[in-house]
Amino acid sequence: MTLLRDTKLMFIRNMQHTLRSPVFVFVSMFQPLMYLLLFMPLLNGLGTVPGIKSGEAVDVFIPGLLVLEALFGTAFVGFSLIDDIRSGVIERFLVTPAKRPSILLGRVLRDAVILLLQCVLITLVAIPFGLSVNIYGFSLSLVLYALIGITMASISYGFALIYKIEDALAPTLNTITLPVSLLSGIILPLALAPIWLQDIAKINPFSYAVNATRTLFAGNFNNIGILEGFVIIGVLAVLVFLWGLRSLNKMAS
Amino acid sequence: MSEDLVIQTSGLRKTFVSKARGGKKEVEAVKGIDLSVRKGEIFGFLGPNGAGKSTTQKMLSTLLCPTGGEAKVLGYNLAEQQEQIRQNIGCVSQAGGADLSSTGLENLVLQAQLYGLDDLTSKKYASEFVERFQMSSFIERPAQSYSGGQKRRLDIALGMIHHPKLLLLDEPTTGLDPQSRAYLWGEIRKLKDAGVTIFLTTQYMDEADKLCDVIAIIDDGKIIVTGTPNELKSSVGGDHIVFSFLSEEIAQKGETLLTEKVKIEKIQTKSNALHLTIKDGERSMPDLLRSLDANGLEAQTVTLSRPSLDDVFLKYTGRSLREDTIK
Repeated sequence: MTLLRDTKLMFIRNMQHTLRSPVFVFVSMFQPLMYLLLFMPLLNGLGTVPGIKSGEAVDVFIPGLLVLEALFGTAFVGFSLIDDIRSGVIERFLVTPAKRPSILLGRVLRDAVILLLQCVLITLVAIPFGLSVNIYGFSLSLVLYALIGITMASISYGFALIYKIEDALAPTLNTITLPVSLLSGIILPLALAPIWLQDIAKINPFSYAVNATRTLFAGNFNNIGILEGFVIIGVLAVLVFLWGLRSLNKMAS
Repeated sequence: MSEDLVIQTSGLRKTFVSKARGGKKEVEAVKGIDLSVRKGEIFGFLGPNGAGKSTTQKMLSTLLCPTGGEAKVLGYNLAEQQEQIRQNIGCVSQAGGADLSSTGLENLVLQAQLYGLDDLTSKKYASEFVERFQMSSFIERPAQSYSGGQKRRLDIALGMIHHPKLLLLDEPTTGLDPQSRAYLWGEIRKLKDAGVTIFLTTQYMDEADKLCDVIAIIDDGKIIVTGTPNELKSSVGGDHIVFSFLSEEIAQKGETLLTEKVKIEKIQTKSNALHLTIKDGERSMPDLLRSLDANGLEAQTVTLSRPSLDDVFLKYTGRSLREDTIK
C-alpha cells in the first residue's frame, strides 16, 4: 500500500517539525489549564447547579475541558500549512508520485497524536483536584477526542488551502470555534440554558461529543448517548477530511 | 509523434475563472501554444512577468489542468497519464519548495522516498547529490539558514533526486547574486551534458542567450517567435550604432546626411545622439565616420553593439522586456 507508506513518511516529517519546537505542544495546553486552576473553583462555589451534583463539578468539568482542548488545540494547525504552501513545499509534494491524501493524512494524524498527549497530561493534572477516572471510559474518550481533533484540523487545513494567506484564516477559525464551544456545554452545562438555546445546541455535533465523554467518564457504558456521540463525530470527521482533500486537489486543477 | 521530442504541445490553453464583483471573470493566461522540445536540449521559455510561463510549466508538470489543447510529455499523454509523467519528470518551482525547517539532507531523503525509492537507495541518492552539488558543508543544517544560492542548489537537487530524463525549472536564477547565477548555469549545463533535457522559464535575456539551445519568446499568453539565440538575433537585422554629438542640431544634420548616403535599416535622432541599425556594422563604421567628418559633423563618442535578445523582444512585441519587468 503506497498510501500507507506515503502517509507514514508525511507523518514522520510533520512530527519531526513539531518535536523540533516542543514548547508549542505545551503552549496550547495553557488555556485548559487556566480554566482548571482559575475557573473550576468558581463552579465548586456555586453549590448545586442543574446537571452538576454538588462536589462533583470536577468530574463534569474535565471531560468538557478536554473537548475544549480538542477543539482549540487543533483549530489553528492550518497556519503551518500556509507556511508550506508559501515555500512551495506542497506544490513539490503534489508533483511527486506520492498519493495526495497522504499529504493531509500525515498532518491530521500528527495533530491527533499530539492532542492525545495533551489530553492525558491535562487529565493527570486534574487528578489532585479530585477527578475520578474510569480508565475504560477515559480510553474510549480519547478516541472521541482524536476524532474531534481530526475534524477541526481538517477544517483548518481546508480553509488554509482555500485562502492561502493568514489574514483571513484566523477570523474564520475563531468564528467557527467560539459558537461551537459555547453551544456544547463545555464551560457550563446546557441544562442551565433556556429552551431556545438548548434547541440550537442540538444541531451542534460537538454537544453530543461532550455528552458522550461525560457519560464515559462517569462509567455509564450502557447509554445510547455514547454511540450517538461517536457516530456523529465519526461521520463529521470523515466528511470534513474529504472536504479538505477536495481543497487540496483544487490547488492542482 | 517523433521519437526525440520530449515535450510536444498543440493549442495548449489555460483560462482561469475568478469570481469578481458582478459575476465571473475569465482570464486567459495561456492562449493556445505549440511547443516542441527535443531530447537533450536546454529549451528556454522567455517572457516578462505574467506572460504565462509559470502557468505553462505547471500544466506540463500536472499541477494545473489545461483548459484546452493537447500535450505529450516524455511520450505520455498529459490528460490521461499524469501518474507516469509525475514519476518521470523532475520539477523545480519558482518558490523552490525546500522545507525550510528541515535540514537539506532530510529534504533530499524524503523526496527520494516519495518517488517510491527504498530507504537505503534514498540515502544513497541523497549523498550522491550532496557531493555533485558541493553541499556537504551546509547540508546537515536547517534549510532556513541557507544563502540564496545554497537554497537554489538544494531545490534543483530535490528536482533531480530520482534521476529524471526531463527537468522543468521555473526561473531558476531569479533573485540570485551574479556569482550564484554563474555557478547554477554551470550546473545546468552539466545536467545537459549528462543527457537531461531541460525546460526552463526565465525573464532574463542574458540567461536565455548564454544557456539555452532554443528559445521561445512568450508574451501575453502566446508564443511570438521560436529559434536558436543566433537565429533570433539575426532576425532583428543588423547591428546598432550610436553616435553622440555636441548638440541635437548636429545630430539631426547627421541623420539627414547619412539617410541620403548609405543604406540604413533604421535611423533616429534622440536628443543629441543618433541611433542607427545597419547590416554589418563593423565594416560600415569607418565609412560613416569619414562621411560625418567630411561634412564637419564631429562625433564625440561612438558605440557599436550587436543585436541582443532584448532587441528581438522589442522587434516582435514593440516593447522592451525590461519595461515590463519593472512594472
